[in-house]
Amino acid sequence: MEMALPGDPAQEGGGVSARPIYRFNGGVHPPEHKLESSGTPVVPGPLPAQLVLPLRQSIGNAAKPLVAVGERVLKGQSIAAADGSVSAALHAPTSGTVTAIEDRLVAHPSGLAETCIVIDSDGRDEWEARTRFDWRAAHDAGDGRAIRDYLRDMGVVGLGGAVFPSHLKLAGRDALDTLIINGAECEPYITCDDRLMRERAADLVAGIRIVRQLLNAREVLIGIEDNKPEAAAALRAAIDGADIEVAVVPTLYPSGGAKQLIKLLTNIEVPSGVRSTDLGVQCFNVATVYTIYRALEHAEPVISRIVTLTGNVARPGNVEALIGTPLSDLMAFAGEQTGTREHIYGGPMMGFALPGLTAGLTKAGNCIIATTPAAFPDKGREMPCIRCGECASACPAELQPMDLYWFSRSREFGRAQERNLFDCIECGACAYVCPSSIQLVDYYRFAKSEIWAAEASKKAADKARERHEFKQFREEREKREKAERLAARQAAAAKPATTADAAAAADDAEAKAAKIKAAMARAAERKAAGETGDTQATDAMDAEKRAKIAAAMEKAAARKAHLESLQGGEAPVAEAMDKAKAEKIRAAMEAAAQRKAARDAAKADTPAQAGEADAASTAMDDAKAAKIRAAMEAAAQRKAHRESLQAAVPVAEAAPAASALDPEKAERIRAAMQKRDEEKARLAAMSPEERAALDAERQARIDAAKARAAAKKESEQ
Amino acid sequence: MSFWLALGLMIALALLLGAILGVAAIRFKVDEDPLVDKIDAILPQTQCGQCGFPGCKPYATAIANEEAEINQCPPGGDDGVRKLAELLGKEYKPLNAENGAEKPRALAVIDENICIGCTLCIQACPVDAIVGAAKQLHTVIASECTGCELCITPCPVDCINMVDVGEEAATWKWRYPVIRLKKVAA
Repeated sequence: MEMALPGDPAQEGGGVSARPIYRFNGGVHPPEHKLESSGTPVVPGPLPAQLVLPLRQSIGNAAKPLVAVGERVLKGQSIAAADGSVSAALHAPTSGTVTAIEDRLVAHPSGLAETCIVIDSDGRDEWEARTRFDWRAAHDAGDGRAIRDYLRDMGVVGLGGAVFPSHLKLAGRDALDTLIINGAECEPYITCDDRLMRERAADLVAGIRIVRQLLNAREVLIGIEDNKPEAAAALRAAIDGADIEVAVVPTLYPSGGAKQLIKLLTNIEVPSGVRSTDLGVQCFNVATVYTIYRALEHAEPVISRIVTLTGNVARPGNVEALIGTPLSDLMAFAGEQTGTREHIYGGPMMGFALPGLTAGLTKAGNCIIATTPAAFPDKGREMPCIRCGECASACPAELQPMDLYWFSRSREFGRAQERNLFDCIECGACAYVCPSSIQLVDYYRFAKSEIWAAEASKKAADKARERHEFKQFREEREKREKAERLAARQAAAAKPATTADAAAAADDAEAKAAKIKAAMARAAERKAAGETGDTQATDAMDAEKRAKIAAAMEKAAARKAHLESLQGGEAPVAEAMDKAKAEKIRAAMEAAAQRKAARDAAKADTPAQAGEADAASTAMDDAKAAKIRAAMEAAAQRKAHRESLQAAVPVAEAAPAASALDPEKAERIRAAMQKRDEEKARLAAMSPEERAALDAERQARIDAAKARAAAKKESEQ
Repeated sequence: MSFWLALGLMIALALLLGAILGVAAIRFKVDEDPLVDKIDAILPQTQCGQCGFPGCKPYATAIANEEAEINQCPPGGDDGVRKLAELLGKEYKPLNAENGAEKPRALAVIDENICIGCTLCIQACPVDAIVGAAKQLHTVIASECTGCELCITPCPVDCINMVDVGEEAATWKWRYPVIRLKKVAA
């Protein structure tokens, strides 16, 4: 392990940088093999008869096709649009006809087919009419979004290998501390960035200045490994100013990793889960900056890239190939020799063996290596891990690769994740140094994809659970609403047809309820009466009784007075009686006096009978008084009887009892009338004397009755 | 004397601790059985009913109440049984063949030429992954389909087929590293 880094950067490679260069942990020095391809200039690639353009050319969503099969397309024409923000557009690399949009083998370790647009080129390489986008005006107007959208629609992605859509990296904050242009190109065999920097330094510097302007970066550093002094020199020459600094870093794989280069140049360690932009540093690959320049200044979409063709080929070198060029065409262009075992897409450390050469070149394809058993000898048989710790000292991410290996191997993904598996950049340094020849990165990749798949299925399961629960909720709600509607409709239908029944039933129920309530109220009343009102009721009864008794007593007193007046003649009884009584008595006395006068007159008319009449009248008076007494006794008896009846009936019927007396009265009146008729008949049959006597008797009786009626009236008042 | 003191102390201590436990039992009471949710989280939420319960949650409840075995979920597969066994501290047992076999994830696809728009599959879908209306063409939202196959039986014209999702480059997984055996000359 040659990990010794110089304390004084001035001693190193380029040797001109005054900038202090820091160091990252670990790193390895694999054989470089760059000189095979770096010696010759970039040549334009072949114009293939057919181009195969995978729709997935970047991280994120695959682009959406904009063309139909059979459609003629021009060079630079957009054939697929970005789908969402994490995506980029795709353009026709040459003019021709779309012959298929179908699944084709793609340059992917899985060897699976993906949707590709297949274009048969017409050989004319005819450009679409282009108009330059005035990005400066947009930038001055502060419309960064328009520039980013333009770059997205020009298909600009990171060409360092990760193919991250560049427009997302340009969506910066107010200002950036350090913009790092990554020209380290640390992986063996690859020289495409080296040649780009050497040959197109001016354009590259123009591009760097654009990116700097877009990001409003305070300082710009170009990081170049010290094995590319020509590139560093070319850039220094092109910069012609102090605004951009070329920083030469020692050759140590993987110095080209974004985090490693940031550490090398700024000594900033980007912690796990933090983006470098949050720390004021942004990193762009040189090839990406070049495409940004071509897009903004020449309205050229990303339709080609420089790719290193090396290994077992006759003419190793760099080719500016159209995206979609079949890899077999490229290898043929480079003059592939026999004896190739497999083709590596990317570098020998991080690349993967191609499943076939029919796949088209993608934007990520920076290198194709034709391997031979001689150049790429079989790694030794995988031996058990001896926990020597070489991998840990080589790891640029400062992980514990042996632990990650252990947990990945035993499928304990959770524990691997706890040890920051996802900070592994899969650089392969650990596997390179492993004395047991363990393909460590394969285990990490396995563990990572298992974890991603588990996360995806967990997400899908959560979504399914949510949707299922919502469906259950919705069904429940619909059932309830249906039942409610049905009930409402039934109620509406029942109203006109069977209202009576319902109403009757309702009334019944109501009546019942009312009755029950009334009963309860009554019971309560009774209870209350039993407690307090009972005495009142009896009091009321008593009062009535008392009143009746009083009335009876009064009546009796009146009768007594009347009798006395009758018996005592003109005896002065006024003082014992009240005023009203006295008046009546007076009236009665007057009437008596009138009768006397009439009798006297009659006596004078018939003086002969006068003596007899007087005697008869006194005799009759006695009889009359006896009769009156008897009548009064009978009346008193009747009254007592009536009163006893009245006392027997309930209190509530006390008032109607008065009216019940009327029929009794009428009976008596009738009886009296009958008596009078009888008397009349008797009189008609009698002699004049007898008749006269009877008349007197009758007169006396009438008088008595009159007095009685008057007394009664008075008692009732 | 010391005997009575010890007895008294012990009784006092017992009463105190009992009171604390009683308060804790009321105060920190767990309303819902957290085990059901944990089991439900392991189940694949296919809602297919192959376990004999009307959905994943009822099955999870049944497992928690020890009314069902842990090996009745074919979509969860062997892996799911292992996870359930680990969670519940039970013995692993192979998937019960009566409930069905583990199949690769599939997607329901409606043949648009045959579909009559009867909505029966829409009603059957447990996750509302089929869109359509009466006498209109129905279609499956591929991203929502759990592959439960519940829509296949109700279809009166048999226009729904299960199509294996297979692998795409985007969802492809790196394989467990194996050392390939090589034939060598004898």
